[in-house]
Amino acid sequence: MARMSMVQALNSALDVMLARDPDVLVFGEDVGYFGGVFRVTEGLQRKHGRRRCFDAPIAEGGIVAAAIGMAAYGLRPVVEIQFADYILPAYDQLVSEAARIRYRSAGEFHVPLVVRAPYGGGVFGGQTHSQSPEAIFAHVAGLKTVIPSNPYDAKGLLISAILDQDPVVFFEPKRLYGGPFDGHHDRPLTAWAQHPGGEVPEDFYTIPLGQAAIARPGNELTVLAYGTMVHVALAAVAESGLDAEVIDLRTLVPLDIEAVTCSVRRTGRCVIVHEAPRTGGFGAELCALIEERCFEYLEAPTERVAGFDTPYPHAFEWDYFPGPHRVVEAMRRVLGE
Amino acid sequence: MSEVQLSLHIPEPLRRPGERADFSHLRIPPAGALARPPVDAPAGELHELAYGLIRVLDEEGHAVGAWQPAASPDTLCRGLRAMLLTRAFDERMSRAQRQGRTSFYLKSRGEEAVACAQALALEPDDMCFASYRQPGLLIARGYPLVEMMNQVFSNARDPLKGRQLPVLYSSRRHGFFTLSANVATQYCQAVGWAMASAYRGDHRIASAWVGEGSTAEGDFHHVLTFAAVYRAPVVLNIVNNQWAISSFAGLAGAETAPFAARAIGYGLPGLRVDGNDFLAVLAATAWASARARANLGATVIELFTYRAESHSSSDDPSKYRPADEPQAWPLGDPIERLRRHLGRSGALSDAQFEALRQETDAAVREAAREAEAIGTLGKSRADPATLFEDVFEQPDWRLVEQARRLAPRE
Repeated sequence: MARMSMVQALNSALDVMLARDPDVLVFGEDVGYFGGVFRVTEGLQRKHGRRRCFDAPIAEGGIVAAAIGMAAYGLRPVVEIQFADYILPAYDQLVSEAARIRYRSAGEFHVPLVVRAPYGGGVFGGQTHSQSPEAIFAHVAGLKTVIPSNPYDAKGLLISAILDQDPVVFFEPKRLYGGPFDGHHDRPLTAWAQHPGGEVPEDFYTIPLGQAAIARPGNELTVLAYGTMVHVALAAVAESGLDAEVIDLRTLVPLDIEAVTCSVRRTGRCVIVHEAPRTGGFGAELCALIEERCFEYLEAPTERVAGFDTPYPHAFEWDYFPGPHRVVEAMRRVLGE
Repeated sequence: MSEVQLSLHIPEPLRRPGERADFSHLRIPPAGALARPPVDAPAGELHELAYGLIRVLDEEGHAVGAWQPAASPDTLCRGLRAMLLTRAFDERMSRAQRQGRTSFYLKSRGEEAVACAQALALEPDDMCFASYRQPGLLIARGYPLVEMMNQVFSNARDPLKGRQLPVLYSSRRHGFFTLSANVATQYCQAVGWAMASAYRGDHRIASAWVGEGSTAEGDFHHVLTFAAVYRAPVVLNIVNNQWAISSFAGLAGAETAPFAARAIGYGLPGLRVDGNDFLAVLAATAWASARARANLGATVIELFTYRAESHSSSDDPSKYRPADEPQAWPLGDPIERLRRHLGRSGALSDAQFEALRQETDAAVREAAREAEAIGTLGKSRADPATLFEDVFEQPDWRLVEQARRLAPRE
């Protein structure tokens, strides 16, 4: 077993799939010769050739539209949108086109493509390099939305996304690229090499889309999280001494509803954590599902810990970012403390 | 300080309802005036073709000049038949819509040469990313009329299971990509498809259609950029039918430059073609197709034509353009012009044309009878349970649960 950062694990997933399937190709802004601004595609062009891994014009809508055409032809394009903040020019292509092509053609055409995008805050990126737009993709019928929280999952989930027959939006928590950031921005970051999630097989393996993971088993309450917030929640649990169960959703669509309901019915209390703004966030959907399916088991109202309903601020990053302290407060409220 | 007071220019067509149509501002060069360069000519030497107008049929119906296509009379008769079928199909379905047999319809009257000639100029397995006004592509490629009508009626045999608005066809078998009514969104997908074909070392090319109004979308810029950057084997058509619902072509920039000239800034060839001249459309498309197939990349073709009827069944052009505009259109009717040519050349007598017209009318009538017997909108439809299919390859738990909540069939 190798030790990999999340960047290396994602690179390995692309490398494995490029080697395995000649129909896989990788492109996006700066991804070819240079290897991507976050180095996720580093070395892939050198190893697999310019034809398989290449640079694209700065036109996110064009990148995704071209990928849709390629996927309709029969290829498996994996495209990178440099930051999730810049995915909106491609939103029309994803929502009006990719998501509906199988449906509107009654299955005649389908578009197996993956759109990768680094997302989330904690890197002093201000409002243009920090956003978490997952809810507006999870809302769309026909799209799958995946968010890994560690290198092992990132590789296995990305390979599954590439093998999937439907379009997948794959958000990579960029604050986790180098290590399991837990929200304590003033402390040194642990490297993935020191974390069990950094143990990554070099070869092909998959993690099915739609299966959550129990990041920490517990009995007093359930914390639902994904991406960076999994590590923030784990830190909050460790620091509070509470016996919380932390569930890493891993994919929002398809959602592992069984994992959510089993845990919440058992603990009777739930806190949902995400970086994205609170209003209309994916936490609202989770909250509604829990209300519908676990109401009679609930001991307390479910709490959401989320980004504020403001644009992502630069100098106030650590005021905005829902760190461990806010998660601990929410857990204590849900426990009636 | 400047003497000039700034003023905002808001484009406005020359004539409005209540006035007589006037196309005297259009410069229509004589047929045969432009040279036909070799398909490997550098794009930089082709600017004249973007500002001129490629025309083959003269006023008397003779084919003249360098752009005469290498098409046999049989091929041209096939093209004429496809146009007649398309027109008869449009008439019949439009009537069905007015009679309440479906919700919506959209005709291509006056523009039939665009789709029907281009279908003949492309190979049958080239992929078409059409807009909603090229049903002639499917008809010329032999898509059964009954299947098209089943789609228009959203009936139990609708190949798209009642999911799409009428005329938004899809047929992989006929190289016709699933249509979207969002304009220009599929234009760049054609470039991606063409890039994939080149990636695989295939021989097939892609072709795409937008209206002149939709060239204002940002997608149009992506398309020309990607097509030029990757030298994608694709034919990019702009159907300039003068009207985008009620907006005249000037609102998309026609006052300053022809749409074909958009290609020049991207280093692509741009051909401006008389879109009602079947032979010119055929020849220009064959040229662009040969260029793409020779790995020389994309061509932009502006098909200069006229939308002879409303935008759709929901539109009323008498509210925004002169009533006599369709008659005043200086480039005539594509069916009449091809008919005159075939008559002149002795390939098709008046009697033979009349027989062809009756045969195509009868084919449409027969297909309509068959489709209407299956059912029309609201009278016949696919099993409602199918509405949960094809969202994903496999439905997730939400779809399984929601399908259970669907009211049982009466």
